[in-house]
Amino acid sequence: MFKIVKREEMAGATVILNEIEAPKIAAKAKPGQFVIIKANETGERIPLTISDIDKDKGTITIIYMVVGKSTALFKTLQVGDAYQDVIGPLGKPTHIEKVGTVVCVGGGTGIAVLYPITRGFKKAGNKVISIIGARNKDLLILEDKMRAVSDELHVCTDDGSYGRKGFVTDALKDVLKSSPVHMAVAIGPVPMMKFVSVVTREFNVKTLVSLNPIMIDGTGMCGGCRVTVDGKTQFACVDGPEFDGHQVDFDGLIKRLRAYEEDERKAYDEFCRIRAAQ
Amino acid sequence: MAEQTSKKEKTPRQSMPEQKPEIRRRNFDEVPLGYDAETAIREASRCLQCKKPSCVSGCPVEVDIPGFIQLIVEKNFKGAIRKIWEKNSLPAVCGRVCPQEIQCEGECIVGKKDAPVAIGNLERFVADQERLHGSGELPKTQSPTGKKVAVVGSGPSGLTVAGDLLLKGHDVTILEAFHKPGGVLVYGIPEFRLPKEIVASEIAFMEKFGLKVECNTVVGSTVSLDELFEQGYDAVFVGVGAGLPSFLNVPGENLIGIYSANEYLTRANLMKGYLYPQYDTPIIKGKNVVVFGAGNVAMDSARTAMRLGADRVRIVYRRSKAEMPARAAEIHHAEEEGIEFYLLTAPVRFIGDEKGRLIQMEGLKMELGEPDASGRRRPVPIKGSEFILDCDLAVVAVGAGANPLLTKSDPDIHLNKWGYIVADPDTGKTTKKGVWAGGDIVTGSATVILAMGAGRKSANSIHNYLTWGW
Ligand SMILES: Cc1cc2nc3c(=O)[nH]c(=O)nc-3n(C[C@H](O)[C@H](O)[C@H](O)COP(=O)(O)OP(=O)(O)OC[C@H]3O[C@@H](n4cnc5c(N)ncnc54)[C@H](O)[C@@H]3O)c2cc1C
Ligand SMILES: Cc1cc2nc3c(=O)[nH]c(=O)nc-3n(C[C@H](O)[C@H](O)[C@H](O)COP(=O)(O)OP(=O)(O)OC[C@H]3O[C@@H](n4cnc5c(N)ncnc54)[C@H](O)[C@@H]3O)c2cc1C
Ligand code: SF4
Ligand code: SF4
Ligand code: FES
Repeated sequence: MFKIVKREEMAGATVILNEIEAPKIAAKAKPGQFVIIKANETGERIPLTISDIDKDKGTITIIYMVVGKSTALFKTLQVGDAYQDVIGPLGKPTHIEKVGTVVCVGGGTGIAVLYPITRGFKKAGNKVISIIGARNKDLLILEDKMRAVSDELHVCTDDGSYGRKGFVTDALKDVLKSSPVHMAVAIGPVPMMKFVSVVTREFNVKTLVSLNPIMIDGTGMCGGCRVTVDGKTQFACVDGPEFDGHQVDFDGLIKRLRAYEEDERKAYDEFCRIRAAQ
Repeated sequence: MAEQTSKKEKTPRQSMPEQKPEIRRRNFDEVPLGYDAETAIREASRCLQCKKPSCVSGCPVEVDIPGFIQLIVEKNFKGAIRKIWEKNSLPAVCGRVCPQEIQCEGECIVGKKDAPVAIGNLERFVADQERLHGSGELPKTQSPTGKKVAVVGSGPSGLTVAGDLLLKGHDVTILEAFHKPGGVLVYGIPEFRLPKEIVASEIAFMEKFGLKVECNTVVGSTVSLDELFEQGYDAVFVGVGAGLPSFLNVPGENLIGIYSANEYLTRANLMKGYLYPQYDTPIIKGKNVVVFGAGNVAMDSARTAMRLGADRVRIVYRRSKAEMPARAAEIHHAEEEGIEFYLLTAPVRFIGDEKGRLIQMEGLKMELGEPDASGRRRPVPIKGSEFILDCDLAVVAVGAGANPLLTKSDPDIHLNKWGYIVADPDTGKTTKKGVWAGGDIVTGSATVILAMGAGRKSANSIHNYLTWGW
């Protein structure tokens, strides 16, 4: 059992942070890696990025957005409760090195995944320009943490309720026009990563994206997480989850993420109905 | 004497009662229902108690077949199971899944003229008797040696190594990547062929005499082999199976509705997708299903799809019926359940709708040409025979490869050109000191009993090492 030692709500309780006791994983985890979590006996195996690691305490932190039945179930767990299974660290760590100037672009809960990577690039001696965005002010997370590890921080909201009005891609274009950039990292909803990649390709800036296909084992055993990169099939759990954004078939990924759309909607509605009745 | 022999031959092979095909094709309960004691004794009486039993040489682990069968005749079921345990620690599993027709029963002398003695059914019978009505008496283990062994992977090879070494007094821990132990026995082979409760009870039994199981541990990621030695393990056995899916490499294979057999069966069995939404993992329920391949994995996938409500399930296979590698019993069961066989047929491409969901496949007819390297006649395409088939679910069950996650994490472990671990066939020793390997990760996809046989050899070698040195 993997005990929750800290729990925070963010973005109007649509995003939850859990710090979990998992000493074996904490000892090994690096930025960019993920875990698979199963809440209980009947639960699904859900992949979530490790967003912080405390090797001394033997804990890892995950930050997830409540989007369906499993994450809604996770949300009900309080400090002192435990997840039945946590497996990891999985996936390749981010290759962090000194390249010069790095632009880190994050959207929604993607910012949670982006944060440890941004910190890594900063520590490695890069100039870090970060751009984070959300639909509105209330949904923006980790602004302070991102600011602390960035040389420059730009904030955008779709509706203009905070920071600059517009998409992160607008701010990104301005940054790319005004200063030389050696690398970009983009993590967020798939369409966002797709459009960031379109922009950076114009400027010829290598771009790392982190893909989130549906997974089961996370060890390269089922092939369910396959994505097309540079025309070749790759397993995101072992070959990724990070890939060169200029080579990813984002449209294919968007379709595959909808494989269980109908079942998921029913399961979520049913879960909400039962919780409401309790 | 002559009279007695002829009397024995008169008893026909006792058939195993089964769920009726039209009922079982829609449920996940076990298909064969098992012998009762009377039937088992009657079947056991068909054995001639050969002085040089050919059946034994057909069994990869050389179970004393006439020995345990005689004990059944004598109604000594407790003795019979103990006789089998001398060579085979998972008889409830083997009785159900061994390809008996090419192993023990294939060599049985009675089979020359009549149907062979139902060795598998009898093995299953005594194992079930012990599990359901036995004393639960624990085997005698030797006094603790103080040596620690890590077993990586909890499939049949790992379980055998663990069981053997526990009996010899060593301290054994199984490290398993999944959240439940059992390997293919729990994630691959479906409930209707091997109830998961059987595997769980075998493991629980070993835990009673000292086995420790640590799930959620991916060796190569969570912990490395070298770290296991640093943690104080004296020896490591690697039995991680052949967990890498093969695909067909034809266009359209990433459409929604195309699964590797590994994914399909894992969703159905380990994650209990067939009980969705009571369990949270969804699984696509096709109406028109195609399954590629003709081994046990393909039969299991096809029969699972039927149980999940398909109208039609077709097995698509490049070769002819004679070459189908599945157990005879599974092919027979699949046919009874209404699975159709599209033989001498190969896939060309998959076709999807605008949402990226599978709606059709294009196939091609084949004919048998000259024999290839394997001695089987090579299928060659018939020009202009392309055809389109409607389908909304496809399962690819054309084999598995070596998963590199663990093996690539340690350069001291040498691999062959296909990525399988190089291990001594007699001892299981790898090229890394203190590390043994066996089962599918050494041989490629094989059988439960071969994996167990490899586990036994490694266990003996590990015991020698812990006693005398490398
Ligand atoms: C490597 C990796 C890292 C991830 N890291 C994070 C993270 O740090 N924070 C976070 O909020 N989310 C993360 N995700 C996505 C997260 O796994 C899904 O949001 C979650 O599985 C949804 O489960 P659900 O039952 O609540 O929703 P569902 O009802 O299952 O689905 C709702 C939505 O989530 C998508 N989804 C469903 N199952 C999965 C799955 N197994 N993997 C990915 N997407 C899925 C569906 O396409 C659907 O749009 C990550 C995914 C991957 C693969
Ligand atoms: C669907 C299906 C049906 C079959 N039917 C039959 C049949 O009827 N008769 C028969 O004789 N054989 C059958 N087989 C074949 C048989 O199951 C295998 O040959 C046998 O299970 C191999 O045993 P193993 O011990 O090598 O490994 P496996 O059973 O494959 O177990 C390996 C275990 O190691 C774990 N693992 C993998 N990597 C790691 C890691 N890095 N760290 C920790 N753990 C890890 C896996 O999760 C798994 O639990 C079937 C196989 C399948 C897939
Ligand atoms: S282990 Fe398998 S091959 Fe050996 S006797 Fe039993 S069923 Fe036959
Ligand atoms: S070969 Fe057949 S008849 Fe002879 S001992 Fe074996 S099972 Fe009995
Ligand atoms: S999740 Fe199964 S191969 Fe990646």
